[in-house]
Amino acid sequence: MAEPYRTHAAGPQLIGRTVIYTLLILFALYYLMPLFVMVTTSLKTLDDIRAGNLLALPAQIGFDAWVKAWGTACTGVYCGGLKGNFMNSVSFVVPAVIISTLIGAFNGYVLTMWRFKGSDMLFTGLLIGCFIPFQVVLLPMAQTLGWLGIANSIPGLIFVHVVYGLAFTTLFFRNFYVTVPAELTKAARIDGAGFFTIFWRIILPLSPPIIVVCVIWQFTQIWNDFLFGVVFSSGQRQPITVALNNLVNTTTGVKEYNVDMAAAIIAAIPTLFVYVVAGKYFLRGLTAGAVKG
Amino acid sequence: MNPSLGSSGQALVRPRRGIADYVETALPKVVLGPTLICALIFVYGFILWTAWLSFTESRILPRYDFAGLVQYVALFANDRWWIALKNLGIFGSLFILFCLATGLLLAILLDQRIRAEGFLRSIYLYPMALSFIVTGTAWRWILNPGLGFEHLVRQLGFEHFEFPLIVEPKTSIYAVVIAGAWQSTGFVMALFLAGLRGIDDAIIKAAQVDGAGPIRIYASIVIPSLRPVFFSSLIILAHIAIKSFDLVMALTGGGPGFSSDLPATFMYTFAFNRNQIGLGAASAMMMLMTVMAVIIPMIYSETRRQRHG
Repeated sequence: MAEPYRTHAAGPQLIGRTVIYTLLILFALYYLMPLFVMVTTSLKTLDDIRAGNLLALPAQIGFDAWVKAWGTACTGVYCGGLKGNFMNSVSFVVPAVIISTLIGAFNGYVLTMWRFKGSDMLFTGLLIGCFIPFQVVLLPMAQTLGWLGIANSIPGLIFVHVVYGLAFTTLFFRNFYVTVPAELTKAARIDGAGFFTIFWRIILPLSPPIIVVCVIWQFTQIWNDFLFGVVFSSGQRQPITVALNNLVNTTTGVKEYNVDMAAAIIAAIPTLFVYVVAGKYFLRGLTAGAVKG
Repeated sequence: MNPSLGSSGQALVRPRRGIADYVETALPKVVLGPTLICALIFVYGFILWTAWLSFTESRILPRYDFAGLVQYVALFANDRWWIALKNLGIFGSLFILFCLATGLLLAILLDQRIRAEGFLRSIYLYPMALSFIVTGTAWRWILNPGLGFEHLVRQLGFEHFEFPLIVEPKTSIYAVVIAGAWQSTGFVMALFLAGLRGIDDAIIKAAQVDGAGPIRIYASIVIPSLRPVFFSSLIILAHIAIKSFDLVMALTGGGPGFSSDLPATFMYTFAFNRNQIGLGAASAMMMLMTVMAVIIPMIYSETRRQRHG
């Protein structure tokens, strides 16, 4: 445990320890600063913002900016706040996460327990889908969604996020199932258990950890997506990230920084919540799925 | 179907041969089928489709008459594209450099048997859970000259302090670097920390027996043995940099003017706001080729490692 090359908290090393802790705390303050600024700004009045500075605490805590961001702030000509967009995001993120995770689980199962000739090659081919810059599919997809009759709709966004999330969910499950001993399923096969029986009785009970990782990853990615949202939806059908960006860029009237910050926090709350309650799984997904960016 | 089964196994399986057995062998392919078809159409097919569009004179509507390289010629004659490329160079290199340097430093500091390590780690990492749009919105407010950081320093008594980073065309791309590095450093730290924890202590002990001090050990043993982590972090960060879109849109909108444009914002502007589909497609193909140049070495080394491991 105590690797000897790491510094010890004894005698002459005390100065070294102080330096290390000071640096760590300074960095922590730096990383927390934007969140602090967002929260305090959102609780201030506009006069308070002008009178004070970035790091000053609110003279009086008020939730007016939050109420406005949620219910009455204007994005363009529409003045209904972000609540509709928040619900939009919920209504396509949840189905897209469930569908892509489910399909990914079956794909991973096939690619490890039921490999066939050429399946490894197909997997590599599928993996390319994790890496492409999505700009390269936007124009054809815009046209295709029109043909399918789901342009600018919630089903359209579900479709796009499922299609481009599959490579990732498949990768997660495949890399997890590779570690399951093959003897488990071989024995079951000899006993005559079929494809779905083995999945249901043996594989699925082993899967909760990877399901959590996959769901968290997909949720964070799809909730935070901006590119698909801004290209494939418009007006009041837009997801929260696009609405936030529009709200901040609306130039009519006085610039209300407190409303902007409240809106940004509203957009961030779901993923921050997931991070706080399941940070360990979040990190695992991040390292496994880092390439998506 | 399984030649390794013993005779008893054969006897058990034999009665189920026929249709049931055929279904059993076809089933995995049927299950995988839809995903493969999706990848074939929506990834490979669409790439070819975009490639085709990039060879046409499509403007507001797609047209499919082959027009050769006109869009690529137009792209590389476009000043704005060159600015986007130059910005990608500046942003990419500084972003990668900052993330690697700070990430490594934080990982080494955290690896000194620190109290509350988990707590500090989660502080460094939380920005990764945020949308780039949220990050961009926050930093846009912090960096705005009127009431942001500049105002703060002036209130502290430096009345002539100026910090117009985000509103000056010459420096706006550096604002993107600051916000991008703030968001992604914690992740690089996590990768390095995992790497540090995986180093074999026996080598370190041997070096200590030879009388090497901590700095010497870090410089000549620990950091060199993190080479694979450097390599994968570099590729991941380059990949993030090339695809960066949301952050620029929220932070500067590509401005002032188009001084902080990146290839991704260029593509979006021309394909969807300016109705230059052909030019947008050509810029998207250039992005794809850049990403592939970064990614293919990684896929290659990954598959090699798996085959040998």
